[in-house]
Amino acid sequence: MRWVYKHRLIILRRLLQSALILLYAEAHIWGWKILEGDLGSSLLMGTIPLADPFAVVQMSIAGALLGIDVLIGAAIIALFYAIIGGRGFCAWVCPINIVTDIANGLRRMLRINEVEHRVVISRGLRYWILGISLALSALFGVAAFELISPIGILNRGLIVGIGFGGAVIVGVFLFDLFGIKNGFCGHLCPLGGFYSLIGRFSVIRVKHNQEQCTQCMKCTNICPEKPVLHMIGKRSEFVAMGECTNCGRCVEVCDDEALNFEIRLLSKQSKE
Amino acid sequence: MIKEKLPPLSERRRFLLQALQGIGLATLGALTWSAYLNEAKGSMLFLRPPGALKEKDFITHCIRCGLCVEACPYDTLKLARAGDNVPLGTPYFNARDIPCYMCDDIPCVPPCPSGALDAILVSKTNAKGVNQLDITKAKIGIAIVDSDQCIAYWGIQCDACFRACPLMNEAIVIDHSRNDRTGKHALLVPRIVPDICTGCGMCEKVCVTEKPSIIVLPLAVAKGKAGSNYIKGWDKGDEKRLETQESGGQTTITPTSSQKTVDYLNNEEF
Repeated sequence: MRWVYKHRLIILRRLLQSALILLYAEAHIWGWKILEGDLGSSLLMGTIPLADPFAVVQMSIAGALLGIDVLIGAAIIALFYAIIGGRGFCAWVCPINIVTDIANGLRRMLRINEVEHRVVISRGLRYWILGISLALSALFGVAAFELISPIGILNRGLIVGIGFGGAVIVGVFLFDLFGIKNGFCGHLCPLGGFYSLIGRFSVIRVKHNQEQCTQCMKCTNICPEKPVLHMIGKRSEFVAMGECTNCGRCVEVCDDEALNFEIRLLSKQSKE
Repeated sequence: MIKEKLPPLSERRRFLLQALQGIGLATLGALTWSAYLNEAKGSMLFLRPPGALKEKDFITHCIRCGLCVEACPYDTLKLARAGDNVPLGTPYFNARDIPCYMCDDIPCVPPCPSGALDAILVSKTNAKGVNQLDITKAKIGIAIVDSDQCIAYWGIQCDACFRACPLMNEAIVIDHSRNDRTGKHALLVPRIVPDICTGCGMCEKVCVTEKPSIIVLPLAVAKGKAGSNYIKGWDKGDEKRLETQESGGQTTITPTSSQKTVDYLNNEEF
C-alpha cells in the first residue's frame, strides 16, 4: 500500500494516458462515440470539438483558413491549460511521456547518469525549435512540426498501427536513455515549449513548504525539469516556472510533506 | 618557436561568438528540417478522400485527426504512417486494396473539422436552391488505361472495369473497332470520360490483369494542360475568350524589321 501511495500520481497519469489511447482506439475500431479522432483534433461525446492549439497555430501561419470546429476546439484546450492545467499535457496526456519516463527510469536504474559523456544542450533550445517550426510552417505552407512530431506518430500509431514510425519512437527512447537526460521532453519538444508558455499562469501548481523540508533532495533528483525546483530548502513558494509539467513526482517522493499541489490564485500570488 | 598565448576572450566577443553559434546551429537544424519538409511535400502519387482541397491546400488544412478514416464504412481510407510515402498522418487510399465505394451520404466529408475536406466540392444545388451532397461530383483522381497491357486491346473480351464502374457507360464507355489481327473480330476497348470519372478506383480494384492495367492517378499528376493560347473555334463559349481576353490571353506586337528582304538574302552567312 505504501508503494501505491508513493506512486499514486504516476499511476493516475498512466491510467489517464492509457484511457485516452483506448478511447481513441475503440472509436476507430468499433465506432463508439466517446472520444473520436486523435490528439490533433477530436470530438468528445460526438459534440464537443477539441484540437491541438499548437497545430492550429502552425496551420494558420502556414496560410490555412481553418474550419470553425478546430478553432473552437483549440480555444477550449488552450484555455484549459492556460487557466487550470499548466503544462499538464506533457505529463498527463502525451503518450511520448511514457516512453521518455521509461528511458529516464532505466537511466537511473543502470546508473547511466554517472558515466555519461556530458553533452550540454540548453533547455531553452525548445523555444528555438518552436520559433523555427513556425517560420518553416510559413515558408512551406504546411504545419512543420506535425510532419515530424514523434507525439503524433506514437499517438496515431497506437490507434491505427505504427509502421516504420516505430523507429522514430525507438530513436526518442535511445536519445533519452543514452544521449541526454530528459532530452526530448525537457530540451527539444516545441509542443512542450508551447504549453510552457501558455501554461505559465495556471492555477494548479506545486507548492513548496520550506519549514517541512529536510533537504533530502529526492525531489530534485526525480524532477524531469530540474530548474523549476530552484526554491527547494530555501523559500516557501509556488513552483511558478511554466516548464513544470505538474507530473507530481516531487510530491510523491517527498517524505516530509514539503511539496503539495495547491490552487494558486492570482491575487494570492501577488502577496507572496 | 613558442606559441604565443592568446589573450582571454573579452566579454563582448564571448557574447557575439555565443550568439553566432546559436544562430549557426539553428540554421543547420532549419535547413535539415526544410529538406525533409520539401521531400515530404513533393510526393503526390496517392489518392485523397472525396471532397479534398487541392493537394497544396489540403496539406495546409489537414489536422491529421483521422475522423474521415474513422467514418469510412469500407475501411478504404488510411492514415499515412511513417514509410508510406504520404505526408505523415494525412488520409489517403490505395484503390487496388480497397477503392472508394462512393457512398451517397459521403460519411467521410462532414466530420472534417478543419475544412480540408470541403462538402461544397461534392455537392450540387438542387431544384430548391439547397446544396445537397452528390458523390458523382467527386474528383478524387482519374482512371488511366495502359493500352499495351489491357487485354481488351489484345482482342480478348473483358469488360470488368466497364461493369464495375459505378457510373457505367458514363465514366467508362466501350469503343468498338475492327480487329485487324484476325480480320473478323471486333475490339471492344474501354475509354475514360474525364469529366465524369470520379476517380473512385473500382476499375483498378477489379482489373483482371496481374498488375492493374487501369489505374487511378491524382488529377494533378494525370491531367495535361493545353494552355490558354488554344481556343476551340467550334465552341461558342470558348471563342468568346477572343473578345474578352479572359484567362491569360494577351496581345503581342512584333516590330517590323528595318532590314530589307534582299539584304537578308544577300547576306554572306545565308
